[in-house]
Amino acid sequence: MTDMLYGPDASVLDGNAIGGLLREIFGMEMTTAEATCATCGSTGQVAETVVYLSALGAVMRCRTCTSILAVVVSRHEMNCVDLSGLAGLQAP
Amino acid sequence: MAGTAVRGRLTWQTVAVAALRPETSSVRTIALDVPGWDGHQAGQHLDIRLTADDGYMAERSYSIASAPGEPVEITVERLDDGEVSPYLTEELRVGDKIEIRGPIGGYFVWDGADMTPVLLVAGGSGVVPFRSMLRHRARTGSAAPFRLLYSARSLPDVIYRTELDMPGAGADIVYTLTRQQPPGWAGHSGRVDAELLQEVAWPGDRQPLAYVCGPTAFVEIVAAGLVSLGYPPDRVKTERYGGAGAT
Repeated sequence: MTDMLYGPDASVLDGNAIGGLLREIFGMEMTTAEATCATCGSTGQVAETVVYLSALGAVMRCRTCTSILAVVVSRHEMNCVDLSGLAGLQAP
Repeated sequence: MAGTAVRGRLTWQTVAVAALRPETSSVRTIALDVPGWDGHQAGQHLDIRLTADDGYMAERSYSIASAPGEPVEITVERLDDGEVSPYLTEELRVGDKIEIRGPIGGYFVWDGADMTPVLLVAGGSGVVPFRSMLRHRARTGSAAPFRLLYSARSLPDVIYRTELDMPGAGADIVYTLTRQQPPGWAGHSGRVDAELLQEVAWPGDRQPLAYVCGPTAFVEIVAAGLVSLGYPPDRVKTERYGGAGAT
């Protein structure tokens, strides 16, 4: 499956793949954090979300309804983080 | 999480390559000399960052192949059109320096604390975190029953084959070869499907814990198959990696 929005090279992975990035942002282990989708309300661990990775950054989507949960764009060791698709993010 | 520093920001650290060991024609294990490594859990990974002469940086995640308490090792498969893996598998030499950060992850880990039967399902180089778990099981004398179902293209593509031939009492390894089988092959052939899972997986009434690691499409099929066998979804832990889908 290739999602053209992120380009043909984007890899479809899961939240494990951004464990390092999220720890860089939040300062703690986040793959076991409980994420709540703001669109459908389903919850699950960050590790189980759908993650698209590319050179531009990461897009996290809900495994239930596919809505965007979070977007991280990284450049020059700065991260622009949009969590507006999350109704909650409960640290482990 | 005892014994592992989980909190605190991760920093990139420049480390030296201590040893290189070929595993198959396209896979090698890289041992790293990491001063101050404060330990990892079986199943965790680390990030590697390479910087080109022009300043371009590429990052990748690799599962840690060694057990907790052992020197840090990763195992890397060469992806022919990859940006990072051809360098790591072909050009990197002992003594070279690379940047890493880790250990990372708290979801896809096995801590060895209970006796629950464990099912590991690997597609291709998805076997790497399971080597760490199997070694951790052996080193700690755990009696948890382990079963690894490992899908590989052919016998020469099996990573850690010598080691997996002696998995230790209470652990067994089941291979399925998808593309090429040696003459007289008595093991399974073809991709992992519902029928093979039914035959190999621990019965759901034993409250097993399953770990599935491989290319994304492989993981989706196996995880769905285990759930349809009665495994509760929260007892099926998954980790997907990108790349060639070489299973």
